[in-house]
Amino acid sequence: MNDKVLLALGVASALYLVRNLYTMFMVLPDEAAQGAIYRIMFFHIPSWFTCFACFLASGVASAFAIWKKNFKGDSFAVAATEVGLAFTFIGLATGMIWAKIIWGIWWTWDARLTWAFITALTYAGYLMMRNMIDDPSERMRVTGVLSIFSFTSVVITYKAIDWWRTQHPGAILSFRTGGGNTDPAMESMIYQNWYALMLLTVVLVMLRFRQEETRREIEGMRRLAFTR
Amino acid sequence: MLRMSWMVFLKDVRMEFRGKEAINASLAFALVVLILFSFAFDPTSEQIREITGGLLWILFAFSGVLLVNRSFVREQSNDCLDILLVSKVPASALLLGKTLANLLFIALVQVVCLPVFSLLYNINLFQQPVWLMGICLLASWAIAILGTVFAAMTVNLRLRELMLPVIVYPMIIPALAAAMQLTNIIAVGKVPEGDDLIWVRLLVGFDVIFTTLSIGLIDTILVD
Repeated sequence: MNDKVLLALGVASALYLVRNLYTMFMVLPDEAAQGAIYRIMFFHIPSWFTCFACFLASGVASAFAIWKKNFKGDSFAVAATEVGLAFTFIGLATGMIWAKIIWGIWWTWDARLTWAFITALTYAGYLMMRNMIDDPSERMRVTGVLSIFSFTSVVITYKAIDWWRTQHPGAILSFRTGGGNTDPAMESMIYQNWYALMLLTVVLVMLRFRQEETRREIEGMRRLAFTR
Repeated sequence: MLRMSWMVFLKDVRMEFRGKEAINASLAFALVVLILFSFAFDPTSEQIREITGGLLWILFAFSGVLLVNRSFVREQSNDCLDILLVSKVPASALLLGKTLANLLFIALVQVVCLPVFSLLYNINLFQQPVWLMGICLLASWAIAILGTVFAAMTVNLRLRELMLPVIVYPMIIPALAAAMQLTNIIAVGKVPEGDDLIWVRLLVGFDVIFTTLSIGLIDTILVD
């Protein structure tokens, strides 16, 4: 994607986020049981959706890269993973702030939280692993497989609230509960903010993807220069 | 393919038992950690019954990763790994054979450590021998298969001794957590039932998923 498209997407996501912030704070009322803090959910849940989407994209891109021996897929996978990991930490941080206020503690070792943490660790391992392998095609194969393996922990994180009795709240969105659980205006806000964050994510991933492609080119040229 | 896996298994076992490097180191390490545990908390208290499973499986995960780390490093001298890969042995057979060998090594560590733990901490782990064997088999398979696959990934790295645990431990937590819970239950002489069976399902599901994934993807990792 060229600079203008990326810039336009970036501006659009910024405007969308500002508009969402306005609705969140000026239009929507405080939640009956939790008060004002529930608004952090408008960032907490979309961050996790975004990070799941990034990790899914990373797994698919890795599989594609291995299958077609395509280095672009590899660059895309690392771009998506890095952005996804950033959103994982945002998700963890917003969750912890909410927990401190509602539960009175920052952290508890229930299945959802634990697996969210494991997910962060496995993808951090993926990024570390990339730095250690010098040969580009070996790096693509090995870390690609690692990305596919790591996705299992994303699935477990997502399903943890169904499989275990967790302190983390159960499903609230109507596509999982069948509706009637969350106020429609609030639920729509969650989605709206997710769309805005996804726009931002596309911009970040594409920027990072271009950097990675350039890095690979420079690496290739350097190798060529040394072998001559 | 199974015949070739068996050959790889026999080869690995024979090589290990001639040198006994990994198994001795791992056993010594496990025993040292067993003794260290007694300083971490009061070894005579009742409290220890509640953490038996946790202690044992942390121990087996540590010593297990020490063992699996060796399984591809062993092939590095004289480029044995390359020769194995260009031979008729498919990568999946290589993986299965090596995993079986690692399973045997981990089982040997367990055969020594379980009685020693029982004696030192006065907990009879053998009240449900069939359950104990089943749990050990399933959870050790999880450590062996994931460990072997990741050992194949990290074999060429400069810092592989460091990198292997970093990527293996987060990934095997589900299996370890299940094994810990189940071991805690049988350590007090009970049989897992009702809600506890979810841990058995988790363990079996984990093994099935990761064995399939590993066998499916090992070609990609090893074959250039």
